Amino acid sequence: MANEGVDRRRRRFLVAATTVVGGAGVAALATPFVASLQPSARAQAAGAPVEVNVSQIEPGQRISVGWRGRPIWVVRRTPEMLDLLPGIRERLRDPDSEVITQQPEYARNQYRSINPEILVLIGLCTHLGCSPAFRPEVGAGELGADWPGGWLCGCHGSRFDMAGRTYRNQPAALNLEVPPHHYLSDNVILVGEHAEGGTA
Amino acid sequence: MAGNTADKIQGGVLGWVDARFPLSQLWNEHLAHYYAPKNFNFWYYFGSLALLVLVIQIVTGIFLTMFFKPDAELAFASVEYIMRDVEWGWLIRYMHSTGASFFFVVVYLHMFRALLYGSYKKPRELIWIFGVLIYVVLMAEAFAGYLLPWGQMSYWGAQVIVNLFATIPYIGPELVTWIRGDFLLSDATLTRFFALHVIALPLVLLLLIVAHIIALHEVGSNNPDGVEIKANKDENGVPLDGIRFHPYYTVKDLVGVGVFLIAFFAVVFFAPEMGGLFLKPANMIPANPLVTPDLIPPVWYFTSFYSVLRAVPDPFLGVIAMGSAVVILFFLPWIDRNPVKSTRYRSFAHKLNLAVFVVTFVVLGYLGLQQVTAFYSEMTLRFSVMYFLFFWLLWFHSRERSAVFSLASFVVLVGVYSLYDVTRFDPANALLLYTAWLLPTAYLFVTMVVPVFARNLGRDRPVPERVTA
Repeated sequence: MANEGVDRRRRRFLVAATTVVGGAGVAALATPFVASLQPSARAQAAGAPVEVNVSQIEPGQRISVGWRGRPIWVVRRTPEMLDLLPGIRERLRDPDSEVITQQPEYARNQYRSINPEILVLIGLCTHLGCSPAFRPEVGAGELGADWPGGWLCGCHGSRFDMAGRTYRNQPAALNLEVPPHHYLSDNVILVGEHAEGGTA
Repeated sequence: MAGNTADKIQGGVLGWVDARFPLSQLWNEHLAHYYAPKNFNFWYYFGSLALLVLVIQIVTGIFLTMFFKPDAELAFASVEYIMRDVEWGWLIRYMHSTGASFFFVVVYLHMFRALLYGSYKKPRELIWIFGVLIYVVLMAEAFAGYLLPWGQMSYWGAQVIVNLFATIPYIGPELVTWIRGDFLLSDATLTRFFALHVIALPLVLLLLIVAHIIALHEVGSNNPDGVEIKANKDENGVPLDGIRFHPYYTVKDLVGVGVFLIAFFAVVFFAPEMGGLFLKPANMIPANPLVTPDLIPPVWYFTSFYSVLRAVPDPFLGVIAMGSAVVILFFLPWIDRNPVKSTRYRSFAHKLNLAVFVVTFVVLGYLGLQQVTAFYSEMTLRFSVMYFLFFWLLWFHSRERSAVFSLASFVVLVGVYSLYDVTRFDPANALLLYTAWLLPTAYLFVTMVVPVFARNLGRDRPVPERVTA
């Protein structure tokens, strides 16, 4: 273990080379462990589109169905509900659905739906993913006299209007997401697929 | 090595072991010949009590693992099975769930002790940092454990916390999918949280606790006077104000253990749910990914930080604020630069600052459990501001400040949040906003401006040479 006659340059090179090769080995070994935490093939295969028959939904009623483990809301809005939508533009953060990730192109209109009457939404708050409560009654108690109906998230108090649009100055920054969907017939919606057959 | 050669020539089983393993040496260094200040008070119970709760959690946890099934289909039912069919299963589970809350009670009091007597200051910075790391790992451990019963509150609480990562720009959504191992919180999430909860995090926790104690025994314990007992030693090198940890403090701590166990089992037997604080009614319903409970407060020990999250309207900035509220603790030894350790000899202004901080932390904890209303969200914002102002004031009180600096920084600080108030002004809530504005302003006024005119309120007192009691 004598230190005389040590070629320091050579020792430094060997230490550096060993570190680099060893480090690459550790990184290579870490890859399968990190990747194993990704959704498995089975999880990726799950999530087929679901059919929803809307003929039984009363005006003003909301139904929930599951798609990919998430709640999907289908609401048949009354004409009064639709009439209130343009009046609250000023209080909304994104009234014209300008954030394009939150709805397919065919739902990018003032009603955020294909058919103005029928609204289809993913029922998870865009803040931290709670499922907001449906509060359709106009001027409901603690929500204030100017409440036009919509959803209130119990977790952090985010509010959404009857088109799933978010208000200003609240935790949720994005409108509720409209899932890909299309009409198979007048009363049957297929949630999870665009009309041309591609998936989201 | 400093090993005692007298021990090594000793015969018998102990001599045989000591020649091969430093058993007597370890015993002496950490217990029998570890000299602790003679003036420990009530606040010094909580270190050993934290170890006691750790043992309770590990032992009850091992037994629960024997009956629990980490499977989204079976988890909820297996917890019910433990509660109803396993002999004494209810006791083991209630000890574990109550232990989780008591762990945080003890750790919060232990951390408050450090604030009270400046135990994080030089040369104990690393003890403090290991301690905050233990606290962070403990939060992760508690969070992972909370998901396992797979009830409604487990599910939606985890949904909210995991989604915090989704607010990170660009990588957020992918990161959350990776954490969950699925496109929603599912069986894949449950099994990995189980692995983290029963093995990965406990191992890290144990290592950190060992590091915490090694660092403590290297520099020696602080005490309520904040006097270094090692500065005054007798001819044998024994601190004059020190007494042996064993038997003196082991016996003292046994009294603490007795009182603690009375309180602990009173809760286990008579109020294991603690009115919904320790175990929430919604968690007695199996997880349902399609229905969110009306109100999802986290367990009480997270709610102070949760309030800070809710105080900020922007999601990502809210997460940053909440993270900062925890991370700032790491920097405490370098924020509070005042050479006087113990609050006993600190100024009135500092004492008040510490008292307000305790109130702030408790109020934020309360607010985090409540439904969002205009009044509560205004209070949440104000008290979150006051949470951070505490650390500013700690730095500010590091030494006596000039009148000009005191007044100028007061005006700037009040100006900053007043400016923010102008941007969010809403005539409907004007009165509430004005009244609430007084809270941080009065706090800063008394701790920064008043000492300018009444100098003795901002002045620290001389620290004695030796401990006082």
